[in-house]
Amino acid sequence: MDTFGILIIVVKVVLVFTFTLVGVMAMTLAERRIAGFIQYRHGPNRVGFGGILQPVADGIKFLLKEDIIPANANKPIYLLAPVMVMVPALMTFAVIPFGAPFEMGGRIIQLQVADINIGLLYILALTSVGVYGIVLGGWSSGSKYPLLGGMRATAQLISYELAMGLAIVGVIMISGGLTFNQIIAHQQETGWNFYKQPLAVLIFLITIFAETNRLPFDLAEAEQELVGGYHTEYSSFKFVMFYFSEYANMITSSAFMVCLFFGGWDIPFVDEFALGGWGVLLSVLAFGSKMGVFLFLYMLVRWTLPRFRYDQLMRLGWKILLPLALFNVFLTGLFMVLFG
Amino acid sequence: MATVLRTYEPQFWDRFYLPALVQGLMITLTRIFVRKETIQYPERKHVPLEGYRGLHRLNKHPGGRIKCVACEMCATTCPSKAITIEPSAATWDEGAERYPVKFEIDLLRCIFCGFCEIACPEDAIQLTEIYDFSSYSRENLIINKEGLLKVYDVTSKGNIYQRQNRGEKVEIPISL
Repeated sequence: MDTFGILIIVVKVVLVFTFTLVGVMAMTLAERRIAGFIQYRHGPNRVGFGGILQPVADGIKFLLKEDIIPANANKPIYLLAPVMVMVPALMTFAVIPFGAPFEMGGRIIQLQVADINIGLLYILALTSVGVYGIVLGGWSSGSKYPLLGGMRATAQLISYELAMGLAIVGVIMISGGLTFNQIIAHQQETGWNFYKQPLAVLIFLITIFAETNRLPFDLAEAEQELVGGYHTEYSSFKFVMFYFSEYANMITSSAFMVCLFFGGWDIPFVDEFALGGWGVLLSVLAFGSKMGVFLFLYMLVRWTLPRFRYDQLMRLGWKILLPLALFNVFLTGLFMVLFG
Repeated sequence: MATVLRTYEPQFWDRFYLPALVQGLMITLTRIFVRKETIQYPERKHVPLEGYRGLHRLNKHPGGRIKCVACEMCATTCPSKAITIEPSAATWDEGAERYPVKFEIDLLRCIFCGFCEIACPEDAIQLTEIYDFSSYSRENLIINKEGLLKVYDVTSKGNIYQRQNRGEKVEIPISL
């Protein structure tokens, strides 16, 4: 590979990395502000320019906190767990195309860090790896509540991953490929997937809430029952890593959702390629705003629905979502056979 | 009369929980645009209701003479013994036989029960609406006669928080 190619990749990696970091910072602020609004409050609005610097202040506060390792903790695993959560959370965004490809210096540049041919499976695999960090963090803390939190995370994972994977199968079947570019190209040609796969959208939406440990499925954290769950014993920057990855996962799963069902960076009724540079910019903006809708939905749901009980969660996962997802695969196949 | 209990029978669509879920989300969404209850404190201040028991003041006669006759009723009735009065004989020209040379209230001891206000036969001591007085030192929080009279001067022109919210500059006698 020549220097230009490497340079492009480095720029893209830095771009995506900073986007994730800034995105998470913005998310923490947005979450608190919107939570405030919903509860008739203002939310944090004092630190710099109407509260914009609040995440920075939070970060500094966390860095200056005492770093405690419990005496009962299994030290190597205890230290490894936050990294095991954070690294996959940062890696998942790599395969997501966030804008229309454009031509520069005689070559086509994809706005995507890595266009690997198993993009969907890559994301599914990495999000599952992230749960290992949660389980290990809960177990290695040497404390009861984190252990329960970690255990719940495992149970949640196995109840939801299946339904999630099967919900995606429908999309893979109609677009005929596992890469995001293929799926988005197919959606540009034939219309977005969400009205072709309404059941899958619903199942996928529910499962990404479970996947990212957000309310109403935040059983692994469950502040009221488990004192914060798997990250109870974590302090200082190790806690930030857990917190960070939760938000990074939210961003990634929203992007995943948008790519699968809402056309990715596609703007309906507009030919992005005909508009040149503006088309690229608009496509990135379109992608961002579609993601924003889902990130907002995360917050809205958090302040609307109460937490599911452990058995209710299992029942929903195994008895309702899994059969529905299977039915959706069957239905998709049937339609494909009948109508080509 | 018999009470009719209304029971809830879930309909067909209710069993999917989705209509209720969307309804709930819409309620949450509309809440975002409701007026905020928070009062942004240093810029805007809560105006207490009439009869609020805040910082004390010593009232004056229209002529400017102190109303207090140093009868020590307030000091006697004070459950936390926060009031110290030193009386002295006044000449008849001043309109009263006694007047306080020293009138101190230890605001750290005061529980703002308002008994002094009730006990006072001359309507001299009164509790005002002022609630945000504070100090880094204990000495500053023992308010003397001059301070109490100054509170009267400040508060006799109307509710100070209403005036502050209107943008008027009103200083509270106790400061950091």
